[in-house]
Amino acid sequence: MADTMQFDLVSPERSLASLQVTAVQIPGADGDMTAMPMHAPTITTLRPGLLRVESPEGNSDYVVSGGFAEIGSEGLSVLAEKAIPVTEMTRDHLDELIEAARAAQAAAHETKEEHHTLVDDATKLLADMEALGEHINL
Amino acid sequence: MPNLKDLKNRIESVKSTRKITKAMQMVAAAKLRRAQEAAEESRPYTKRFNAVMAGLAASVGGSDSAPLLLRGTGSDQTHLLVVMTSERGLCGGFNSSIAKLARQKAEELKAAGKTVKILTVGKKGRDSLKRDLGDCYVGHVDLSEVKRVGYVNAQDIAQDVLGRFDAGEFDVATLFYSQFVNVVSQIPTAQQIIPASFEANEGESDGAVYDYEPSEEAILADLLPRGVATQIFAALLENGASEQGARMSAMDNATRNAGDMIDKLTIEFNRSRQAVITNELIEIISGAEAL
Repeated sequence: MADTMQFDLVSPERSLASLQVTAVQIPGADGDMTAMPMHAPTITTLRPGLLRVESPEGNSDYVVSGGFAEIGSEGLSVLAEKAIPVTEMTRDHLDELIEAARAAQAAAHETKEEHHTLVDDATKLLADMEALGEHINL
Repeated sequence: MPNLKDLKNRIESVKSTRKITKAMQMVAAAKLRRAQEAAEESRPYTKRFNAVMAGLAASVGGSDSAPLLLRGTGSDQTHLLVVMTSERGLCGGFNSSIAKLARQKAEELKAAGKTVKILTVGKKGRDSLKRDLGDCYVGHVDLSEVKRVGYVNAQDIAQDVLGRFDAGEFDVATLFYSQFVNVVSQIPTAQQIIPASFEANEGESDGAVYDYEPSEEAILADLLPRGVATQIFAALLENGASEQGARMSAMDNATRNAGDMIDKLTIEFNRSRQAVITNELIEIISGAEAL
């Protein structure tokens, strides 16, 4: 069994990473999942969050938002609308994400009562984004 | 015969024009390289995105529950033409050829009894289309403040377009932009973005059956609006490279023409100077003979 698989992280503006990895933790829409070599072929959409890449050369983290991950037989590709290496992450980037989460929450509140899950989701997203900021010390 | 001083001024002014066009050509060449790199960088994303979307669309597309963005509203009465041009001029036939294509299409649609709406991106196209098709004109996206086109700009345009689609303002959206082939050739292109069509790249899929998380429909509904933004982004980049390419060749021509003109004027200048000298000599000689 192969120990590593090909991993590509691309955003519309540039390709951020292309390397052999042992495992990748993906912030999937239905919850986090970790993809390892020989994972079943899966396509999942992303929620804003932290993408953790483990490779033989060391680990690296990326903040991603919007897009999807495709786990295929050859490897994993993540297509994110926004992807920033944690090392390049600044307060401004985080504020943007928090702002987007807040806007989503406000929009969810405006819809009628029956969409409880919508409001909950948005609230959770907001909390996640704030926790993310603490996690990476901003 | 034009007087010597005038000719001299003329030559000087053409020379400075040549300097400017030469500088513009070099700036365009540098910008072109950057624009091409940007287009190159975005290609992997667009390619994979379309591959996944093609797969999804093929499996869900046929059913009635498919999102409106994919199967359309069921009519093609109202067309939205999104016309992308540049913010600046002096780039040869670049803007006019895009505007011409859009105008042809608009007239075709009108002749077929359809309603046409026009959304322009870039100042130059707005100016020329507003004159002829002012009644169809519904909006404009201003990019004149943008130094470097980013995905954010594409998202803004996509949001505008999708907002109008959700409000039922149109049934079919077509994108007009110029495809970059090389420095001397850019092809004005029309591309339909709504309802979305994805070309499946034959032989590229590995035939694996994917698990979808959440469901196929949910993913498709989430990704289709992003697909519109992706296509707009690709078109913006392609257009940016084309603009610089067109400007580069236009300015190259202008520089060459200015050079020809300088040569012609210099010959004329020398001739008239010679004529003046000859004249003076004749006067002196005839004056001396008269004595």
